[in-house]
Amino acid sequence: MTTHDKRIPQTVPIQSATFTNPINAEIRRAAATGIYDIRGGGAKRKVPHFDDLLFLGASISRYPLEGYREKCDTRVTLGTRFAKTPIELDIPITIAGMSFGALSAQAKEALGRGASAAGTSTTTGDGGMTPEERGHSTKLVYQYLPSRYGMNPDDLRRADAIEIVVGQGAKPGGGGMLLGQKISDRVAEMRTLPKGIDQRSACRHPDWTGPDDLEIKILELREITGWRVPIYVKVGGTRPYYDTALAVKAGADVVVLDGMQGGTAATQDVFIENVGLPILACIRPAVRALQDLGMHREVQLIVSGGIRTGADVAKAMALGADAVAIGTAALIALGDNDPKWEAEYQALGTTTGAYDDWHEGRDPAGITTQDPELAARLDPVEAGRRLRNYLKVMTLEAQTIARACGHNHLHNLEPEDLCALTMEAAAMAQVPLAGTDWYPGKPGTGY
Amino acid sequence: MQTIDLATTPLREMNATLQAQADQTNATSWDILNPRGAHAIAVGLDAPIEVTVRGSTGYYCAGMNKQATVHVTGSAGPGVAENMMSGTVIIDGDASQYAGATGRGGLLVIKGNASSRCGISMKGIDIVVQGNIGHMSAFMGQAGNLVVCGDAGDALGDSLYEARLFVRGSVKSLGADCIEKEMRPEHLEILRDLLTRAGIEADPQEFRRYGSARKLYNFDIDNAAAY
Repeated sequence: MTTHDKRIPQTVPIQSATFTNPINAEIRRAAATGIYDIRGGGAKRKVPHFDDLLFLGASISRYPLEGYREKCDTRVTLGTRFAKTPIELDIPITIAGMSFGALSAQAKEALGRGASAAGTSTTTGDGGMTPEERGHSTKLVYQYLPSRYGMNPDDLRRADAIEIVVGQGAKPGGGGMLLGQKISDRVAEMRTLPKGIDQRSACRHPDWTGPDDLEIKILELREITGWRVPIYVKVGGTRPYYDTALAVKAGADVVVLDGMQGGTAATQDVFIENVGLPILACIRPAVRALQDLGMHREVQLIVSGGIRTGADVAKAMALGADAVAIGTAALIALGDNDPKWEAEYQALGTTTGAYDDWHEGRDPAGITTQDPELAARLDPVEAGRRLRNYLKVMTLEAQTIARACGHNHLHNLEPEDLCALTMEAAAMAQVPLAGTDWYPGKPGTGY
Repeated sequence: MQTIDLATTPLREMNATLQAQADQTNATSWDILNPRGAHAIAVGLDAPIEVTVRGSTGYYCAGMNKQATVHVTGSAGPGVAENMMSGTVIIDGDASQYAGATGRGGLLVIKGNASSRCGISMKGIDIVVQGNIGHMSAFMGQAGNLVVCGDAGDALGDSLYEARLFVRGSVKSLGADCIEKEMRPEHLEILRDLLTRAGIEADPQEFRRYGSARKLYNFDIDNAAAY
């Protein structure tokens, strides 16, 4: 008798839960190439998220607003603390910073068109400000990054707000990268770099370190811009209580907090998946910091990282955010990862929904590329219209929920409107586990 | 000569006044008194005026300067002339960290010594230091020229792109991908011109040139130890 004797029961092959097929494939890839995996996007691992929260809705103790007749305001003003000209938006959903270089000029134009039509702002990225972007964005936030590519005082004064980027959720503590395939003549000129090199951005600012220096840097930027525009400070989700408190101390008008689901144009997969916090874990500590300093609503909080629907918007705002930012979702609205390109995704060794080799510049949708032929596939007018529609839908969804909870402004949503489906989400969001009045860490409960 | 006394004039008013000067202004010469280490003095200027700061400055003096000539008679704090676009900034004393950081044009002259990270991420600025410079200077320098008449500290030119470095004295160590390069006639000419414009007497022949080996421009596993 042998182990292959079909007369006896056979052992079923069991795949390892530790050495999974994707893990093994990555080991083989690393062994063959000698380089870590680089990709775009944010964390793909499952983490506690807004899906783990539910709204309670109205009941005897709360009455709802009439869905189509009673007003539910969505406007938000950002930068009321020090700026002479705060940014006034019709909706609390902004477009996160994404660079020309990472994205095509057409994609940047489409973001500007869509955001402007929806009454909100868009944001530059690690490559300076393009005329297309400025021209099509009613409200444009100019990022001030460690690399300072293309930085100049004229663009600084052309901006409607300045966002000092300390970190981002996909790679808190890491600098950006743009690989040679995407360093076209125009990108190279804007960044003062040789064409075709693998460009590495610095991970920290070249002329300041720490919160005391940041305060002086903010002073300098305000002096250059005549104290006109708001100054945001963007941080990746790591130590949200202290980072928020220090940004406020340094003089920020707005704090932007980005969770690990927030995307990047390119960085190491190991970084994206293993560094930083989910946005759900960041919002309450950041709000607590603002409240402890008496600055909640005076310094506005924008959160980002995995915002997809109006429900996500409403949940983020119920937890205390003043507004949200979207990046990946905006790209999908433009046409990223669209099934109509499935054959081309297959040819690139991937599939719709999983395409994340944005750094290679071969995006079939023409969004994350500098290839003129691919970029021409994206019609900025049509793509901008899709983004506007999507932003409108998200806003309507958030309003629907807010009215159901009895609120006439999205800012009136509150943690008491929420419950959590899991212990983890209850602990992170500090809202009760569904059906209870308790969450882990609730003061006075002994846990 | 126009005079602004920072002992009695708020910083905002001083900067607003200087920033308001137009290209064709007749008020081309300004004296700033009592700087007493204040930050962000004479930032964001954009006119061909001459500003003399009588004393020492704090952070970011002459930040993002365009066209103007800013002369500090004392020493300068961190980030002097950061992201300068054009014009000239002259420091009679020493300069703290990050002098000329990310500068894209113009000339920065430091008559004394410059601390660490002088010329970090420089993008086209010319910097001439009469004394010594600290460690990690010209880190990730992309374009422009850094001239050091004295000695350079550790890790000069680490991760350098296309900036040119000229040092007359010793270099404690070179950073990753920075190497000594041949000094050709065109480099001697660049150096001679910069020294002349900086008002510093030195023989270009006494300098050595350093630049990027360009081995880290594209990832290569064989260079992994340098990353």
